[in-house]
Amino acid sequence: MTLLEVRGLTRSFGGVRAVDEASFDVAAGSITALIGPNGAGKSTLFNIVSGFLRAERGTVRFAGRAMQRRTPHRIARAGLVRTFQTPRALTKLSVLENVLLAAPHHPGERLGRVFATPRAVRSHEAAAEREARRLLELVRLDRHADEYAGTLSGGERKLLDFARVLMTEPRLILLDEPMAGVNPTLGGQLLEHILELREERGVAFLLIEHDLDLVMRASDTVVVMNEGRILTVGTPDEVRRDERVVDAYLGAQG
Amino acid sequence: MFLQLLANGLVAGSVIAIAAVGVSLVYEILRIVNFAHGDYLTFGAFVGVAANVRYGERMLVATIVAIVATALLALVLEFALWRPMRRRGAGFMSLFITSIGLALLLRHVLFLVAGAEPRSYAVDPFKVYVVGSVRLGGSQGAAIVVGAVAIVLVGLLLARTALGRKMRALADDRALASIAGVNVDRVVVYTWLLAGALAGLAGVLQGLVQASFTPNTGFQLLLPIFAAVVLGGIGSAYGALVGGLLLGVAMELSTWEELAGGVNPVYKPVVAFVLLIGVLLVRPQGLLGKERLL
Repeated sequence: MTLLEVRGLTRSFGGVRAVDEASFDVAAGSITALIGPNGAGKSTLFNIVSGFLRAERGTVRFAGRAMQRRTPHRIARAGLVRTFQTPRALTKLSVLENVLLAAPHHPGERLGRVFATPRAVRSHEAAAEREARRLLELVRLDRHADEYAGTLSGGERKLLDFARVLMTEPRLILLDEPMAGVNPTLGGQLLEHILELREERGVAFLLIEHDLDLVMRASDTVVVMNEGRILTVGTPDEVRRDERVVDAYLGAQG
Repeated sequence: MFLQLLANGLVAGSVIAIAAVGVSLVYEILRIVNFAHGDYLTFGAFVGVAANVRYGERMLVATIVAIVATALLALVLEFALWRPMRRRGAGFMSLFITSIGLALLLRHVLFLVAGAEPRSYAVDPFKVYVVGSVRLGGSQGAAIVVGAVAIVLVGLLLARTALGRKMRALADDRALASIAGVNVDRVVVYTWLLAGALAGLAGVLQGLVQASFTPNTGFQLLLPIFAAVVLGGIGSAYGALVGGLLLGVAMELSTWEELAGGVNPVYKPVVAFVLLIGVLLVRPQGLLGKERLL
């Protein structure tokens, strides 16, 4: 079943087509890798899909609904959640609050109801907090729950990112170079989480990744981009044998 | 005498603190240095006087009317001015200059509508509370109590509620907050409502403790308000509260005769800024500001 459907996305910057008529699908519960040389348009594509950039043309459909005119928070609430390449944390919030922020449907958000039904708000908050603490345990950050997120290391922020994303109850997670600047132990832990989530909750992943070894091992489908266009889509084996892919990488380096 | 000056300082400081926390929130969350905030205060003071004097409402009712009206003013300006400018990608400087223009506009509309003559609330100026050696007018007493309650409520809102958490998150990293599902536009609306309500309250309190006010009153208060924000630490709402109270107290205490004869009251604002510069020399990030770290 198709979860994400990208059709004919186009976006230019000053005459350069960063993304050029890009079309591909991401199946529900799949791990799809988006690869390509630097400047291929992968990050621009991510920014469009997650609502941070407007496409000039083309459509993004997620779970059957059009996403291309929505703001980032509505896309996130629809179950399509991204991460940033460099791990970011809300440094002035505690680690626990970072995760709580992403809790779906806060009754406390509406000012009037803060005062009107404090008990309902409190019980909702309590349930959200239990879930947040469980997720922090999952990524082994529970010891740091009450510290400011600003005190976390880069690696720990990646894990916090993960917990925050999971709190939104996503169906598809866009990961922008999850393994970049990550030591092998943490990398292994992240990969473990990805595979587990897919297994247990049927969460799908679309990830930009430069570690081709990992891409070939972990993904079901590989989407190759080059100069804004989708070069090919296939299984890791098909892509590995595709000479155009080799050319794109070598050409970009030469 | 010392206690009397301390009490006077708390009165002045409460008004500054209530206004400064609004300026601080708007700056943190919207990156707008709102030069017009002082005129939001004046607007509140004039709405209050209209309700109190022209329509004969009790002071409590007039204050609530002023709070609501100023919050609505802030809301209308968000939709009519700030949001369209954000959508067009207006930068920090454009927003700042716009706020200066808005300040002039608001002030002169008030001059046109209300005139330049000083206004006063219909309250009994001779009602005095005596607490130990401290004598406080009814307005002064009300300013301290209302100020303390407002400060505690804002502190609780920021620290304990989901909305407060979202406000702090937006102040920190807007993009990250939005992918966590935070509705940026909605939180911005609440921020303006809160800042406007606090400005309306501060305006009425200032009008009460000063005994009379003109369309220039809010603008004259703007420098101490900005000083409080910077003193407390730019980007820290709690800092703005502390900075406001501290500035008010410092300005009043500086006139204490036993303190090397005390300074001439005319120079009270100078004391505020000497204090500001002194603190910034030691702590460039302000009292409660965070040192920048990456």
